[in-house]
Amino acid sequence: MATTETVLEHHDVHDHSGDAWSGGKSPFKASYGKLMMWYFLLSDAFTFAGFLIAYGALRFSSPTWPVPDFVFSTAPFGIHHAPLIFVTIMSFLLIISSVTMVRAVQEGHRENKNGVVFWMLLTVLGGLGFLSCQAWEWTNLIGTEHMSVTTNPFGSHTEDGVYLNEDGTESEETFKAGSSFLLHKAGAHHGDDHAEGGHEHDYTPGDHPGYVVDEKGFIHRKFIVLEGKDAGMVKTESFGPAAFGALFFFITGFHGFHVFSGVVFLLIILINAGSGLYMARKNGHEMVEKIGLYWHFVDLVWVFVFLVFYLL
Amino acid sequence: MGHLNYDDAKKAVFRGLWLLAAVTLVEVFFSLLGKGHVIGGVKEIGWVAYPIGLILIGLSLYKAYFIIYEFMHMRYEAKSLAMTVLLPTILLVWAIIAFFQEGDAWKGRREQIKEKNEESAEPGTTTPQEGFIPTDVYVPEWKG
Repeated sequence: MATTETVLEHHDVHDHSGDAWSGGKSPFKASYGKLMMWYFLLSDAFTFAGFLIAYGALRFSSPTWPVPDFVFSTAPFGIHHAPLIFVTIMSFLLIISSVTMVRAVQEGHRENKNGVVFWMLLTVLGGLGFLSCQAWEWTNLIGTEHMSVTTNPFGSHTEDGVYLNEDGTESEETFKAGSSFLLHKAGAHHGDDHAEGGHEHDYTPGDHPGYVVDEKGFIHRKFIVLEGKDAGMVKTESFGPAAFGALFFFITGFHGFHVFSGVVFLLIILINAGSGLYMARKNGHEMVEKIGLYWHFVDLVWVFVFLVFYLL
Repeated sequence: MGHLNYDDAKKAVFRGLWLLAAVTLVEVFFSLLGKGHVIGGVKEIGWVAYPIGLILIGLSLYKAYFIIYEFMHMRYEAKSLAMTVLLPTILLVWAIIAFFQEGDAWKGRREQIKEKNEESAEPGTTTPQEGFIPTDVYVPEWKG
């Protein structure tokens, strides 16, 4: 028994000793289940990397890209113009649930059943909190801002210009190249609308003096270009790159699905731990450690989703 | 565990929480700085996106390292196990370089097509192939 202990405690493997690979013992000093969890996570990392690299390639190929601090600037309870605040809270929720997961694993090593259940419960709550936030974010983007997999109402100006008034005369409202806009939908409430002076707008599809309304009801405002070779021309706001919506919903959806399945597995293992199943196994609650690896991986992926979708 | 006693390990975990939270806040600060929300006008400086992008990528990689090595306990696994998991991800460096290069090429193509679409063609001055085929390609005489 004493010799086994020494081997388990001895973490530095001397690769050239030949001893570790000569059979009879586990050269990686890890159980089959834990090792395979690591390799599953590696393959999952490649899946996510494939999606994120596709995102990067399509973003590089577009002349303009929706600015994240403009797209993600709303939060629940009517908060507007608060760039990245809501998504920072979402990140904190995942980080906190990762920390509580580490605590659950530590209590598992001490064979403290109640500790495992308590910290895993907090982890589940963190995961559910993150999913709720994501549900709100999606609802806002789809329901209020009318973004879809094929339509991206978040556009960017490529030239300096000045907007036209509703009657077609030049307004005071100027903008610079690179500034963002959201195409509003006729008759829809956008939350951050300016208080309109009570008069009715004509938003029937077609060409109007100050704007064009397309068949789907999106209002494209007209503007006069102020610089460049098209200076003096009247143009209308166009949609942003369509790939943005598809990539956003697909990648955050895939991550959210990982969080969801993580919550389900955490609940199953929590119930098993509570029933004393892992106490009976006397292996330091290794199952808790394995689901812990998965849960940290979900946090790890979010670090990169957060980086490319919200920060850069 | 064997690497730390219980109380030290507990403290280390909550230190990790503050560290990750602080790094995330610093990231958000730099991101907003680059977009001109902290100091107005920063966004208009053309080169500022590059150092800020590098800082953000660096900080994210640090967060990833911390999560893998501390939270996922990779530090305490056998080195050979760690290498079998971590070394394959180096392949991604190549994928990133290759696909970003490709994305940039798509952008060039799009601009080229846009330019060509805007060209006005006077009837009779060009053969139908011209404008579509690069000049170094042999085109047999048009018999149309």
